[in-house]
Amino acid sequence: MAATAQEKELRQLKPAAKSFTRPMLNFVGKLLVYSLLITGAILFTAPWLWMLSASFQPLSDIFNWPPTWWPEHFTIQNYRDVLKAVGLGRWYLNSAIIAISVVVGQLFFNSLAAYTFAKRRFPGRDKIFVFMLSTLMIPGVIFLIPNYLILMRIPLFGGNNILGEGGIGWLDSYWGLILPSMVSVWGIFFIRQYMKSIPDDLLDAARVDGASEFWIYWKIALPLSGPALAANAISTFTWNWNEFFWPMIVLQSNDLYTVQLGLAMFFVKQRTVWDVVMAGSVMATIPVLLVFLLFQRHFIRGIALTGMK
Amino acid sequence: MAVTTSTRKRINTKNLSRANVKETLRQMRKQWTAYLFLSPWFIVFSIFTVFSLGFSLYISFHEWNILEATKLFVGLENYTRLFKDPKFFQSVWNTLLFTGFGVPLGLASGLLVALLLNTKVKGQGIFRTLFYVPVITPLVVSAVIWKWLYQGDYGLLNYYLLKFGIIKEKLLWLADPDLAMPALIIMGVWAGTGGVMVMYLAGLQSIPEELYDASKVDGANGLQRLIYITIPLLAPTTFYLLITSVIGSFQSFAHIYIMTNGGPLNRTNVIGYYMYEAGFRQYRMGYASAMAYVLFAIILILTLVQMKFVKGDVEY
Repeated sequence: MAATAQEKELRQLKPAAKSFTRPMLNFVGKLLVYSLLITGAILFTAPWLWMLSASFQPLSDIFNWPPTWWPEHFTIQNYRDVLKAVGLGRWYLNSAIIAISVVVGQLFFNSLAAYTFAKRRFPGRDKIFVFMLSTLMIPGVIFLIPNYLILMRIPLFGGNNILGEGGIGWLDSYWGLILPSMVSVWGIFFIRQYMKSIPDDLLDAARVDGASEFWIYWKIALPLSGPALAANAISTFTWNWNEFFWPMIVLQSNDLYTVQLGLAMFFVKQRTVWDVVMAGSVMATIPVLLVFLLFQRHFIRGIALTGMK
Repeated sequence: MAVTTSTRKRINTKNLSRANVKETLRQMRKQWTAYLFLSPWFIVFSIFTVFSLGFSLYISFHEWNILEATKLFVGLENYTRLFKDPKFFQSVWNTLLFTGFGVPLGLASGLLVALLLNTKVKGQGIFRTLFYVPVITPLVVSAVIWKWLYQGDYGLLNYYLLKFGIIKEKLLWLADPDLAMPALIIMGVWAGTGGVMVMYLAGLQSIPEELYDASKVDGANGLQRLIYITIPLLAPTTFYLLITSVIGSFQSFAHIYIMTNGGPLNRTNVIGYYMYEAGFRQYRMGYASAMAYVLFAIILILTLVQMKFVKGDVEY
């Protein structure tokens, strides 16, 4: 009897003890979680905020020690310089033309191929698909030199004759940056995974009614794939806007430089004009930042989906 | 019985194979638009991927200088020369260092942030955005910013490290042979954490809540739940991240071009950068192509090793 009484007492005590320690732990735990997150967030955004702040300061203030985070002599002269003297405006236009052309091309050609792989039955489909996917494992740098030489030999462009000799082909032109990127294996794969979930009945019904495959793709499959297309468009835009290596190899003339290439070349040549370079850096980031902030939901879902094949 | 079935099968397959070919051809004619729909992809893919891959191998067997008309066939000489080139070995070593430290650190910090965010904190969306901004920032821009941060005389990093008493005197981060590589690794972690975080957040959300409830009933504490439930169930995500990050890290170029040019003393000369130098500065395209193939082989081996290593692990 005594034992049972003790047990009863214990049983009553236990939840009390629990409810005493738990909120404490939760409070300490939460404090730890938030302090870690806030410290991390500060460390991760500080470099970026510094760039923004420095871009509005005259050169002499950038060299202040201790550093001034809030501009003492606020100026937009750096932006004027980078646009006028350096010619960032032209590079902006080039980047926009290239990135937007690639996005439009990829949306159409990727989704067309994706629809074919996802929803059509034809001999060789699975073999072609697997072969296509297997190339994803190949590191991109292996294509740099051969593709450079291929671009140089494109017939009837850039002073080349019909055999692709004599000129520079698609090198140093928009073509060389746009056309090889018009369609991407990643994009096809990604949209195809999404299109697989469109019910076959819907498409078959249209087929029975005599609709052409292109009509079905254009009027049924495409409108139903909005989220996948959005994710593809956003990541393609970001990738092409940020790309540096390939434009550097293909482009020669200053007038055709992309924003990233122009900024890098300017920086490498003139390492001391930090004020102008910082303004240029902010300008080079704004488009992708805007796209990211506006379409953040699609963006993150898209990235998450690609990983969960 | 068994014999009859197998013979019948054999006869059938013989007849069928002929019929099959006919049927396949009929199907191909009927579905010709499928091939038409694939043709834009197919043209680009066969020129810039399939042909390009073979062409690259072909170039690697030649003395290939675009400024000279004749391309001398040299067999495997470019490859044998590579194995006698100390600069190449150093670049491989540098690449391994950069990847071997950078990738695990990036994965760990991304996982940490994802775990912290997954504890149902307020403002999850804002934190996620803040950690993700470095990922979308163009690499050229990141390189410019970090070049400034690492500056010896005026750099922000030195200022705060001095202020908090972590270092005694100013460090020349990118100019110091022993610090340049760690500096690039730190910057890489900064640029990569957000991407890893997003993937892990997606992975964490797919773990069923019941598993945690069940383990709580069994009396598992938070750490045990992390080690025995969360981390094993995230293995597919980890595997995917490991493979893609290693491939990406092996090809690093832009920030090295802008920040260090491979220096000081070649300490940050990674394969991607050395390849660029050989191919597009010295126009030794055969040599650079051989390098690209060796890089490809290393990545392939690493990927296969990771696959084997992980396959034993991810089985449910």
